[in-house]
Amino acid sequence: MSPPPTASALREQQAYVAAQAADARVNVELDTGDMTLNIGPQHPATHGTLRIACQLDGEQVISAEPLMGYMHRGYEKLCEVRTYPQCTTLINRIDWLGSFANEVPFILAAEQLMGVEAPPRAQWIRTILFELSRIANVSLFLGDMGVQVGALTPVFFAFRDRERVLNQIEEVTGGRFHPNFDRIGGLKDDIPRGWIAETHAVMAKMRGFCDEMEDLLMGNEIFQTRCRSVGVIPGDVALSYGLSGANLRASGVDWDLRRDANPGLAWDQVDWRVWTHPDGDSFARYWVRLQETREATKIVDQLLDGIPSGPIMAKVPRIIKVPAGEAYVSTENPLGEMGYYVVSKGGLGPFRVKIRTPSFSNISVVPWVMRGTYVPDIITILGSLYFILGDIDR
Amino acid sequence: MSAAADLTGALGLAYWAETAIKLGVALIVIPTAALMLGYLFLLKMMAFMQSRLGPTDVGPHGSLQLIADAVKFLQKEDIHPAAADRRVFRAAPVVVLASSFLLFVVLPTGPDAVVENLDTGIFYAMAVSSLSVLGVLMAGWASANKYALLGGLRAAGQLIAYELPLILAVMGVVIQADSLNLQEIVRAQAEGEIFGFGLIGNPFILTQFIGFLIFMIAAQAELTQTPFDMPVAETELVGGFHVEYTGFRFLLFFMAEVATAFAFSALATVMFLGGWWIPGFDFNAPILNVLGPVVMLAKILLVAFVIFWIRFTYPRLREDQLQKFAWKVLIPLSLANIVVTGIFKVVL
Amino acid sequence: MADDTGDEQSDDQAGDEAREALAAELSELLGDAVVESHVEAGQNLWLRIDIEQWHAAMAALRDAGFAYFGFLSAIDWTDAPEGRYEDTEFDAAGVGEDDDASSATAEETVRRGGGETRFQLLAQLHSPARHAAVLIKADVPPADGAPASVPSIIDVFAGADWHEREAHEMFGLVFDGHPNLEHIYLPTEFEGHPLRKDFPLLARAVKPWPGVVDIEEIPPELEAQLEAEVMAEFEASGAGA
Repeated sequence: MSPPPTASALREQQAYVAAQAADARVNVELDTGDMTLNIGPQHPATHGTLRIACQLDGEQVISAEPLMGYMHRGYEKLCEVRTYPQCTTLINRIDWLGSFANEVPFILAAEQLMGVEAPPRAQWIRTILFELSRIANVSLFLGDMGVQVGALTPVFFAFRDRERVLNQIEEVTGGRFHPNFDRIGGLKDDIPRGWIAETHAVMAKMRGFCDEMEDLLMGNEIFQTRCRSVGVIPGDVALSYGLSGANLRASGVDWDLRRDANPGLAWDQVDWRVWTHPDGDSFARYWVRLQETREATKIVDQLLDGIPSGPIMAKVPRIIKVPAGEAYVSTENPLGEMGYYVVSKGGLGPFRVKIRTPSFSNISVVPWVMRGTYVPDIITILGSLYFILGDIDR
Repeated sequence: MSAAADLTGALGLAYWAETAIKLGVALIVIPTAALMLGYLFLLKMMAFMQSRLGPTDVGPHGSLQLIADAVKFLQKEDIHPAAADRRVFRAAPVVVLASSFLLFVVLPTGPDAVVENLDTGIFYAMAVSSLSVLGVLMAGWASANKYALLGGLRAAGQLIAYELPLILAVMGVVIQADSLNLQEIVRAQAEGEIFGFGLIGNPFILTQFIGFLIFMIAAQAELTQTPFDMPVAETELVGGFHVEYTGFRFLLFFMAEVATAFAFSALATVMFLGGWWIPGFDFNAPILNVLGPVVMLAKILLVAFVIFWIRFTYPRLREDQLQKFAWKVLIPLSLANIVVTGIFKVVL
Repeated sequence: MADDTGDEQSDDQAGDEAREALAAELSELLGDAVVESHVEAGQNLWLRIDIEQWHAAMAALRDAGFAYFGFLSAIDWTDAPEGRYEDTEFDAAGVGEDDDASSATAEETVRRGGGETRFQLLAQLHSPARHAAVLIKADVPPADGAPASVPSIIDVFAGADWHEREAHEMFGLVFDGHPNLEHIYLPTEFEGHPLRKDFPLLARAVKPWPGVVDIEEIPPELEAQLEAEVMAEFEASGAGA
């Protein structure tokens, strides 16, 4: 379970770079022409409407520039004309695979401004639901990465097992994808009876799913050939592009907001660890996400056993008015650091909301990392960076 | 050389009647084969492996789903891109399908049940199977689409990488059977014996096991099945060479793909699994003209199962990785196989 | 209303002390570039940087370990001409007391780290090694008619590229030294800068803002009564405190 040795990966990478340099020389000598290839906006690998304009020399990428905005919904502007509770409805739709996790930082920011703190029970249930959305979100990635490299089967397993997690989220919140369950000062409802035992069972299933993915996909020779040394992002580059989440940890940077900047949720109450991988390639990103999904199931298991009793709502007025001020809260969402900079001038709604979405920064590294790779690698790298289009375009 | 008389010749039919029957059989067998494999493996087995249900509504257990699909395809408008080279665009699926039609000609399914018992059967089969790449290249070029072009080029680039091991793997069988004639290869397996033990004959999978493995790997590439489906590559090239095809032209590609899988399974059966012969029967027993096709079909399904099983399990290689694999592993291995087979042939 | 336990308070205090120390350290590091620093108890640390030294300060912060680029954006501090509260009776009645104070005095209490200009740049940097984050602001000098111009930092943080393009199209700020300052979300031919407060939000102009429908239903007396009931029930259940 320890990270594989890096020396061989580094050698492979050097050989790869050298081979590409040799290729480039041949191409200069033969003076082959370039071809522009538009990947997207409608392309199965872009999970939506991302477009990547590639300059190709044969199958080798000279430059790749992501062009987005096909799904820009202007949430920052729309939030300015909504009340705080209404904003969560929009915010649910940013990262639509891990919606509950989207709500949390916004609600926390509003709570900071109001000086309200949710009771411990609410914080624990928030944390559980947060981790459940992480599992639902990342487990889809674990299967989808197979599709990106050509194996069709894993994604169906992922859809099958993700359903169990979604059912658990639905039982509490009433919504599978857009729970809209988090409230300023706590939660809308308590968890239903019998839910804890069910969730324990689901977590055991999800660990089984992780094992299955490890056997079926991660251990596969072809998968490793396709992913190792592809799309290597060193730690300093990852930092300067603002990569976050598993992408950053796969580049060897030990940085997890759950541990390092916990905004009051229950992560510090349980025993878990942050996984990092030194390689920074597509395989490392897959590896880190797989470990994190396992870790998340353990976090949920521990939290389920220790939910404190008490109310789930703090005393807040029925009509939420937030005092003037500014607050920034970010949390470690399934995709990375998601933060909300909320400016209030007092009143029912925010004056300005800056939404820092992880995928936007994660994808900004694409032009850097794509140079010199091959067309199939574009898909591998895009898949391994793992973005949700709503999270880029907001 | 040709010991087995033609089935139709034995019945004493006129030339035109004989030809008509052969044509009719071919026209029925190929779509049936495509439908059967498509339903059994592409729909039902794939769904089972992926914990889905697959088709359930059309016919018993959804068995008529592909016919419904075919009807749907036939109803669709025949579109071609404005910039396409229309003649080539239209011809391409026909070329691909023709390649798999021609393959069926030489496949023996009984002592007399063969459309045309060519003396150079295996040579002919290898030759016509490579024709399909021509069609793929035509489709890729004529579509006036960059994805299609990349797919076509990949198919062409892939050709040598797997065609060579494919033929070299067959060489071992040919050496051992002393013949290029597929009927003779079946006979060699039926009448051969391993160290004096001749009850089940000598299916070449036992003595040519490496050849069989190489043949199956290369066939996987020939059929553009995962892990060698780079010319199609749904998630990269969104279908590659057939990205612009709709309606019945796409249906032709689809049929050709599955029918070729069937034909290659049949080739593997004939060359490595003892073909249509049943242990205990005389090689020329007329009853084998009836039982042979059944045995063949069972073996074909077994081989096709493996082909599709691998397809649903593995990720896709990259083009350069395939080349590396073919030139550094498959070709040296198959050459060594030929050398070893030759030595044994001379010594024994 | 916070349910603070002793531990959490001491945690918060420790955090605040660390923030104060960090603020002092960074002020020393950056020298006169820091116009003002602000620590909000239990929350965040803000630094307001002189816009002239924006680039140098960012580079200095990066070299000081704040290497993780969080985000870069801007804030438009003017009140929207179409307003958000003026349109409906409910808005005028419900929020009046908050908004009666003139915007100038209100803003002084709002703005963390101070500043008076209409536009402020806003960025965030993390230090993975020190487990600390800092929010950085800079006043964008007003430029009549012409788009306000600020230095680009893409040579310091490569990731700032897209964030600056976004701030450019949304606020009309011009980042000097940015090689490719084009629209990132909006169509190339789009006119206007949507996140400026004077950019009309058509949906808002066509129908009253969405909050009305939800909240207007409850008359004020009933509202007060409901709230009292809920609170009483809440306290009776042993919650709170």
